[in-house]
Amino acid sequence: MNYEELLKEIVLSDERFVVMTAENRSAIRNIPECLGERFIDVGIAEQSMIGIAAGLALRGRIPVVHALSAFLTMRAFEFIRTDIGIAGLPIKLVGAFPGFLSEANGPTHQAIEDIALMRGIPSMNVFCPSDEEDMLIGLETILKSPRPSYIRFNDLESSVKHDNVFHTGRAEILSEGEDITILTYGTLFREANRAMRLLEAEGKSVGLINLRTLKPIDEETIINAAMQTSLLVTVEDHFLAGGLFSILGEMFLRHNVTCRVLPFGLDERWFRPAMLQDILECEGLTGEKIADKILKESEKYAEYIKV
Amino acid sequence: MDNHMEKHALIRLKERALKVRGHILGMAARGGCFVGSALSCTDLVVFLYSRFLNIAKDNLNDPGRDYLFLSKGHAVPVLYGTFAELGFIHPGRLKNHLSTDDSVYWHPNRDIPGIEFHSGSLGHMLAVASGVALECKMKKQDNRIVVIVGDGELNEGSVWEALLIASAYRLDNLVIVVDRNRLQANAGTEDLIPLEPLIPKLQAFGMSVKSIDGHDFQDMEDVFSNIPFEADRPGVVIAHTIRGKGLPEIEDRVDKWFCKYSDEEAGRLIKALKSSNERLLEAI
Repeated sequence: MNYEELLKEIVLSDERFVVMTAENRSAIRNIPECLGERFIDVGIAEQSMIGIAAGLALRGRIPVVHALSAFLTMRAFEFIRTDIGIAGLPIKLVGAFPGFLSEANGPTHQAIEDIALMRGIPSMNVFCPSDEEDMLIGLETILKSPRPSYIRFNDLESSVKHDNVFHTGRAEILSEGEDITILTYGTLFREANRAMRLLEAEGKSVGLINLRTLKPIDEETIINAAMQTSLLVTVEDHFLAGGLFSILGEMFLRHNVTCRVLPFGLDERWFRPAMLQDILECEGLTGEKIADKILKESEKYAEYIKV
Repeated sequence: MDNHMEKHALIRLKERALKVRGHILGMAARGGCFVGSALSCTDLVVFLYSRFLNIAKDNLNDPGRDYLFLSKGHAVPVLYGTFAELGFIHPGRLKNHLSTDDSVYWHPNRDIPGIEFHSGSLGHMLAVASGVALECKMKKQDNRIVVIVGDGELNEGSVWEALLIASAYRLDNLVIVVDRNRLQANAGTEDLIPLEPLIPKLQAFGMSVKSIDGHDFQDMEDVFSNIPFEADRPGVVIAHTIRGKGLPEIEDRVDKWFCKYSDEEAGRLIKALKSSNERLLEAI
């Protein structure tokens, strides 16, 4: 089953759902023919799509809207914040090609501040699945939640068998470790998983956590990891500002937790446009490069403790 | 005219509009508000709720009711005043203007019965209203959805985006009323970013357009009784209005958008309103 098939099943089972798009049909090509009037394409008009979705929601509908992440979360930001956020309407925002998935499109199409923007809106949930299987596991819960939600669309092929129990605000713990815990979400999950295996081969005890939802976020799991391991690592295809790294900073201040954190992400710059594998190489975010850097950091730390 | 209004109906509308204007001045004396904007569309709002819209105290949550969205949200005192007159809210609530204990503030919000949606950021409500109109069509209900937009608000690109979509989806249950007072916050609309020729622009976007005198109830009756103007096309009513209408000393003044008065000033202005209204009533 893929996104489109599951979406169709959920939408057909409940009259309240409508599927909308601002002329981006990449993930929903076969939806129009089976939904009739419940499929609405507004043309290339993200902000109006959100306003119209709000109007539909005022009448009891649950719009599931589709557009490229960059244009959905930025072009239409004020409409999302004002028409959906203030009212807390249960509209589902599906952002396509977020983060590195925009590949060679260039900075205009890079949604690498989308999480920062969406999590800043009161009442908004943020779901960042690590691959298609992970997305399908959480989709029904997110769509049926009474809250507005942002789905950071990700249909990459799965690299692991995921835990098929999904709770909003609960992370998937793939392994626990004493030396290092890698916290990740979305596209870079596969590389983080690879880095974990490489580090284990080096004799390290490594934890790997797939956060699934960044808002609400699984504070308990993260704080436990901070207490139990010497080094936390965040891996994300997002600006460090406002993403997982920022979330950790805020959380640790609030809970009076101190720990070492090594962040992987984009610091104050856009990434080199290319195909995904080349981006990973260029940005130093393949499993191998992540593992290397973590090893160096943990050795540096070991030296530091000795002194 | 086919729909000649009875003298009594006309007098009732004028009296209601006078009371609403009095409420607006009362709020202007309790911290100030966008008096010029509110007075500009007072006659329109009073007419729509009194003669056109199927919206009443006892059907505010009925999915079969009509809808009114005030896209130029800063004119909201006209809604508060009208809702007090229609019994949607207790008139005593107007005394809470700007109090943190209530929600009677400078832009619409849904804590006030009768307010369908919050507005304030310009260029939003046409899209929201189009969503409501589309949903009513999906349910094959014949509700009418009215949006009042300011003429200055037509500077916002999102308005034109929503017009394209409303036209594409043939939303003839949607009526856009343009409060055409020819002034925006700090300037004349034609001096800043000219809108004219406005009628052909709107027609080119697929709208069916009529113009009225936005202070003439008979004119409103004649035009609104013909809605929808054309099947499959959203309707636009360009209402020619005067900002600050009813208070000669602020009428059509670019510097009288937001006004704050002392109790004494407000009292004097309400008295002036009443005497000018008496002259109006005598003329009927």
